[in-house]
Amino acid sequence: MTLLDSWWDLRDLGHAVAAFLEWLGDRGVPSWLPYLVSTLVGLMALLLWALLSQLFFIWAERRLLARIQVRLGPNRAGPFGLLQPVADALKVLSKEMITPRGADKVLFWLAPIGVVVPAIVALGVIPFGQRMVLADLNVGLLFIVAVSSTATLFVFLAGWGSANKYSLLGAMRSVAMLISYEVVQVLALLAVAVFVGSIRLGDIVSWQGRYNTWLIFLQPLGLLGFLIASSVEVNRTPSDIAEAESEIVAGYHTEYGGIRWGMFQMAEYIAGFVVAATVAVLWLGGWTLWGLEEWVPGWLIFLIKLYGVFFLFIWLRGTLPRLRIDQLMGFAWKFLLPLMLLNVLLAGLEMVVWKETEAPAEVVLPIWAVGNIAIGVGLVVGWALLMGHLRPRNRPARSLLVREVGQIYYRPLEEV
Amino acid sequence: MVAELFQQYVGVVVATVAGFVLVGAALFANRLLAPRQATRAKGLTYECGMLPIGRGRLQIHFRYYLFAILFLVFDIEAVFLFPWALSFLDVGAMAFYEMLLFIIALGFGLYYAWRKGVLQWR
Amino acid sequence: MTGVGEVAAFWILATITVGSAVVVALVRDLVRAVVALVGSFLGVAGLFILLSAEFLAVVQVLIYAGAISILMVFAIALTPRSARDNAETAMRWLALALALAMVGLLIAVATVTEWGPQAKEGFQETASAIGEALLNRYVLPFEVASVLLLAAMLGAVVMVRED
Repeated sequence: MTLLDSWWDLRDLGHAVAAFLEWLGDRGVPSWLPYLVSTLVGLMALLLWALLSQLFFIWAERRLLARIQVRLGPNRAGPFGLLQPVADALKVLSKEMITPRGADKVLFWLAPIGVVVPAIVALGVIPFGQRMVLADLNVGLLFIVAVSSTATLFVFLAGWGSANKYSLLGAMRSVAMLISYEVVQVLALLAVAVFVGSIRLGDIVSWQGRYNTWLIFLQPLGLLGFLIASSVEVNRTPSDIAEAESEIVAGYHTEYGGIRWGMFQMAEYIAGFVVAATVAVLWLGGWTLWGLEEWVPGWLIFLIKLYGVFFLFIWLRGTLPRLRIDQLMGFAWKFLLPLMLLNVLLAGLEMVVWKETEAPAEVVLPIWAVGNIAIGVGLVVGWALLMGHLRPRNRPARSLLVREVGQIYYRPLEEV
Repeated sequence: MVAELFQQYVGVVVATVAGFVLVGAALFANRLLAPRQATRAKGLTYECGMLPIGRGRLQIHFRYYLFAILFLVFDIEAVFLFPWALSFLDVGAMAFYEMLLFIIALGFGLYYAWRKGVLQWR
Repeated sequence: MTGVGEVAAFWILATITVGSAVVVALVRDLVRAVVALVGSFLGVAGLFILLSAEFLAVVQVLIYAGAISILMVFAIALTPRSARDNAETAMRWLALALALAMVGLLIAVATVTEWGPQAKEGFQETASAIGEALLNRYVLPFEVASVLLLAAMLGAVVMVRED
């Protein structure tokens, strides 16, 4: 990708920062200052984007969910309800932060902080463009997973710190869910690392740009596993057992008021952004679009992909019913985990065969793509049949009247 | 080289500090805007509006511990798999079979847990 | 390791690590001790980064702060209330003496050993180097590790199953 040599090239905002730093460097400032300034500028931009996106998505989610549920959604606070998130934020800020009397004060206070900070730190590794990364670490992929996994302990502390049995129960369930699906997540990421041969996020995007393909075609099963696992990781429906209003009041953050609850919500949205960004970078090609990034800014492409994945999460939330905890755990350990292991082995096998036969990429990759999609579909359906999920159930062909339903208790209904 | 490595991690450190600053600012804003009056009724545990029944902590099931151990084992397996993924092409075809053995060993553990019924959440 | 930044980072991380470890030993409530232990883990991860072992640093955070801490708090939650006290015991002075002796031994070993040249300059790319080592030279410990993990899983299942 050839960038113009001028700072006003919108296609890569990192260029402007680099030009500014060169200007600073010509003025004779100490050598560490430009790096600090560039990092701070990037960080400000990142945080501003995260908060604005979050405000937008609070509104968008509520409107979209409402339209899916055939109702209107917030439309009073500002035109089309666009100021609703602002109103929400102000309301949350003006509520009292009550601490329960028997609560462990240190843990109670620490939990929201420990849930938000990892999400923000994980945002720092994501490549928004060719030179728009806050920290393009050599182990970027594992870094995101590692940082997100530290938030799990603080979820437990939130439940343990409030002296509330139901908070503790919700926290335990939530932690059990989080740790089960984290294994699935890491294994799905592993298959991508097998294909690309690097766990640096910039390298993964370059690989997809170089071979002019998106990894979604080569790793559909991995993407499916990662999407499901991630929607559980950020506690979204269909797996928001811990915080569903009709389930256990609000699970581990029942006892939290004011901005402490707001921080849990913020952590959920920012973690959702991190996950959507990871999907966009790994499977959807990041800031590349089969060469279109010559004209359209790469960060714009990336943001569109990110928002698309997040829209998918909102769509799933509006459509699917909530799963029970035993269904969720069984699904993770008995269905997704073996499938992810098989996916890794398959990816390894394909890479070994590719290296042995030394075939060019244009021949091999379409074969792998078709093969992987077929095998993915086959594995999902086959494993479901093996587990007995797709068995045809005996159900009557017509709807039952109340009288008939009552009679089921006295004699079994004939098979229709 | 090593200096570039440290420059990258400056970004991580700055992001962490910024996270703490953001959280601190949020807490401070709430401290400014919200009332603070701790009455006795507000400090009670929330049980859907009723008075709390029973003691403060409940006894958790040992099943959570099992899932934690299984998670730990599979996490370590993934940690072993990452270096393999990055280098197995350079080492040769034998590397794939070594990893196959590794995964089979742990897959057997998962299968055993499955058959013994401990993966069933009750 | 040159430069003001690295030295400052080292001292900050060392303070965090050792301070958290002291808090672990001294605080009364076990769950707070685990939280302080997590702080110690993160400090050690930072020290790994200073030694340019990136992969080890993220693995440290992932496994220790992400998995082992949760295991520990679950174990604490399962112990009865009476046994859940981190109070001072009669052996504390002996424990302190042993800890100081251990620290002295480790410092002596670390200063006397001839570290290799790469350890002084820093590594380039640790993850794939570890992979190559695991698959070539240390393949037997690698497979033995899998058996060890299998044993852990089987032990947990045997402990928990209800027949």
